[in-house]
Amino acid sequence: MPAGTLYRGREGMWSWVAHRVTGVLIFFFLFVHVLDTALVRVSPEAYDDVVATYKTPIVALLEYGLVAAVLFHALNGLRVIAVDFWSKGPRLQKQMLWTVVGIWVVLMAGALYPVLGHAFRELFGS
Amino acid sequence: MTTSDIKLTGSSSEISPENPAPVIEAPRARTAKTPKATRGNFEMYGWLFMRLSGIVLVVLVIGHLLIQLVLDGGVSKVSFAFVAGRWASPFWQAWDLIMLWLAMLHGANGLRTVINDYAERDNTRFWLKMLLYAATIFTVLLGTLVIFTFDPNIR
Ligand code: HEM
Ligand code: HEM
Repeated sequence: MPAGTLYRGREGMWSWVAHRVTGVLIFFFLFVHVLDTALVRVSPEAYDDVVATYKTPIVALLEYGLVAAVLFHALNGLRVIAVDFWSKGPRLQKQMLWTVVGIWVVLMAGALYPVLGHAFRELFGS
Repeated sequence: MTTSDIKLTGSSSEISPENPAPVIEAPRARTAKTPKATRGNFEMYGWLFMRLSGIVLVVLVIGHLLIQLVLDGGVSKVSFAFVAGRWASPFWQAWDLIMLWLAMLHGANGLRTVINDYAERDNTRFWLKMLLYAATIFTVLLGTLVIFTFDPNIR
């Protein structure tokens, strides 16, 4: 990796990389998600069988990861929009990125119990 | 080098005493030579759509995650009966329908950019995009059909 330039190797580039990776991941998830939801047209049992796997501890971890990806992409997407449309956006882009990261950390901490609580109880007993 | 060696593009005419400072076409100006495919504003509308759909998706997707993963027991409550209860309401049907269309079109347009960036061979790029468009149309139609034909008494 060459030394950072105005853009390369700095916050702006890494937030772009993360935005791209999370966007692609969410798209692939959504493709599978519409397929699994379509099972409601097959039978209640077929749907409930698949959804049962969504309640296992390992998938709960994946769900936490999905929440992480969606929250980062959403918050950073709003930052990109602010950079493009707000007159002060480009100047404050770095501050806005750290605001995004801060809000993301708080929301991820808040999501810990709701999303992973049931997996924790299952693994370690009530 | 004399002034007559300067090659002018577009409609600018030869430099002469009567025309000492001819207009130089802006690099992206549309001229008669511009290929048809690049005359429209498609990429600008795509850029705008990413931003407008993004703002709406913040509400729709985060609201959806809150309902499915956080409220009312989290993912543990999700079942056929739960879906039947939600899609009994036209409000949540409309919510899911708009979320489906916006997220799929936003994601597909984003992936189109990613493919254009990394697939360098013309053939690879073309077929990756055809695969993307086919998967997108299939998913949007399937999801729409499922919302409109949902039957709580399937058995
Ligand atoms: C792991 C987290 C998620 C769970 C447990 C979940 C659960 C569900 C459930 C139960 C439904 C059925 C209808 C309803 O209750 O509204 C549904 C539909 C839907 N979800 Fe999710 N969802 C999750 C994440 C997402 C995400 C991140 C997106 C968007 C990117 C999304 C987009 C959709 C769409 C578009 C539909 C409608 C599908 C159709 O038309 O057939 N979901 N989801
Ligand atoms: C939750 C609200 C969302 C917001 C605010 C948002 C915002 C944005 C914005 C502003 C861009 C353009 C970035 C640029 O031009 O540099 C973008 C790109 C993208 N988005 Fe989203 N988005 C959201 C949800 C989604 C969802 C649900 C998906 C997947 C289905 C998705 C997939 C993508 C992809 C693949 C890109 C292209 C990334 C790239 O070119 O590097 N986004 N998003």
